[in-house]
Amino acid sequence: MSAVTDKLAGYVEARFSDTLKRVPSSMDQLTYEVSAAGLREVCRSLRDLEPLHFEQLMDVCGVDYLGYGEADWQTEDATRTGFSRGVDRHLPQARERTQRRFAVVYHLLSIRHNQRLRLRAFCADEPPMLDSVADIWASANWFEREVFDLYGILFNGHPDLRRILTDYGFTGHPFRKDFPLSGNVEVRYDPEKKRVVYEPVSIAPRVLVPRVIRHDPRYEEAFKEAPKNA
Amino acid sequence: MPEIQNFTMNFGPQHPAAHGVLRLVLEMDGEVITKADPHIGLLHRATEKLAESKPYNQSIGYMDRLDYVSMMCNEHAYVMAIEKLLGIEPPIRAQYIRVMFDELTRITNHLLWLGAHGLDIGAMTVFLYCFREREDIMDMYEAVSGARMHATYYRPGGVYRDLPECMPQYQKSRFRSKGDIRRMNQARQGSLLDFIEDFTRRFPQCVDEYEVLLTDNRIWKQRTVGIGVVTPERALQLGFSGPMLRGSGIEWDLRKKQPYAVYEQMDFDIPVGMNGDCYDRYLVRIEEMRQSNHIVRQCINWLRKNPGPVSLEDHKVTPPRREQMKSDMESLIHHFKYMTEGYGVPAGEVYAAIEHPKGEFGIYMISDGANKPFRVKIRAAGFAHLAALDEMVRGHMLADLVAIIGTQDIVFGEVDR
Repeated sequence: MSAVTDKLAGYVEARFSDTLKRVPSSMDQLTYEVSAAGLREVCRSLRDLEPLHFEQLMDVCGVDYLGYGEADWQTEDATRTGFSRGVDRHLPQARERTQRRFAVVYHLLSIRHNQRLRLRAFCADEPPMLDSVADIWASANWFEREVFDLYGILFNGHPDLRRILTDYGFTGHPFRKDFPLSGNVEVRYDPEKKRVVYEPVSIAPRVLVPRVIRHDPRYEEAFKEAPKNA
Repeated sequence: MPEIQNFTMNFGPQHPAAHGVLRLVLEMDGEVITKADPHIGLLHRATEKLAESKPYNQSIGYMDRLDYVSMMCNEHAYVMAIEKLLGIEPPIRAQYIRVMFDELTRITNHLLWLGAHGLDIGAMTVFLYCFREREDIMDMYEAVSGARMHATYYRPGGVYRDLPECMPQYQKSRFRSKGDIRRMNQARQGSLLDFIEDFTRRFPQCVDEYEVLLTDNRIWKQRTVGIGVVTPERALQLGFSGPMLRGSGIEWDLRKKQPYAVYEQMDFDIPVGMNGDCYDRYLVRIEEMRQSNHIVRQCINWLRKNPGPVSLEDHKVTPPRREQMKSDMESLIHHFKYMTEGYGVPAGEVYAAIEHPKGEFGIYMISDGANKPFRVKIRAAGFAHLAALDEMVRGHMLADLVAIIGTQDIVFGEVDR
């Protein structure tokens, strides 16, 4: 942990002791968790307070924590039983409570003090919703539209919350973990109807390389520090 | 008296000045734009979602296809993110090779930008000049990786292989005279480094040629001076980075401020604009090409003197050499596991950003300890720049829109991802 990061962490933790929670990391990067309710106030302070001065919002990223830490193959038993030859395709099933499923991650940059900070806010309710920060940083406008499009997270107070990357008339939110990689519909030109038609996908979903989590002793430290989400 | 209404116009997605597949819905008051609504996503390939379903290494090739005119820079951010999570650092020679190719990539990106931008505004000759030099850099890509564009050359833990000792040469054909072939092969007699060195010797004069055509050109200045002005305050608010930010007079370059690879050892300057208009951004990029050329020369000098490994020997994250794999059981096992299952990356999250030719290109990666990333987010500079298009074009004429799209250096591969 470098001196600059330490100093910044010290200040942030003193100033926002009740609203921000530090996420431990072995990297020289600061991550804080903020409650959905306190997001706007924290963001405004982070932008305006002098020793912070995060005048740029570089990125807004949606995350769907469904299925975090779950593997296709259980490597612990495999030594005794061996692997099956294939993997049954199953999408992570949406749990009953969606609490702690969707999060939005903000990457802030201060040009004046040459420092970065990462904020993470979990959305609580169904539908997942957060307050928009588009009036604090203008760059949030399109980033939030993207998160809405791909994850279906609503941003309260956003000036123009439309889909941005997907097709006109698209249904669903494609980056959610329970949305299949090959999608739900495919398009083709129908020569009889003389127009483009939508049909259910014809390709069977399959896994080429199964997802495996191995407990590598070299990374024990990192495993211990890893945030226990989901 | 009939009611006068604003005119709504559709621009693109198959418009030559739209730089790919940009669709704009413009509200016009006569010839003045009152509102521009970009419709993007026509090139959306869900790269981030695809990366979640593949072992780490299999997504490097997708990175080339994001911003498909600055391929190796995209790879650099991606492999840097993996390396940070793994806690490894590539050998120093690999880092010099990366810096050299990053800067060559910056030159090809700016060449394509200059050519296309000039063409949009009506300067045909610049385009031909730029593509002449771009061809040489494509040849360097081909010599080092086998592919002219989508190189997949950077790997976690180093680069795919060391710089080759010989350059491919033109073969005789019935379309070219012997003299022509001899002339074209003249610079290709030695190693790749000789060829690059020859290029860096020629290139400053080439930049002079572009400047002769444009910098004091009356038409060029009429089309770019005072167009698309962005104040420094707005540039920060709008999340600008790279030449767009520097054109507005903010001295910010990740290569200097948050150095990665071996940029700390390099001697170069950051050009900064004064007025934040299209002309200043043009000047900034032209100077960046000269600075990049300077960096490439420094790398060549270092690389000539310091042979060494270009990839880590830790076969959990880099594949063993093919000869080893054929003769050694342990290497065969490593090779098999590496190519089929890939490698696990410790749980955690990281944001790795580089100074991409277009601005800050970042990869935010979340790992849960598996052999595939849990989430990869690509922070593309062009996305933030295009988001500001509406603000930049309001009150300008329709023809200026073309100049502003050109100055933003938009490539849809990275905007739509």
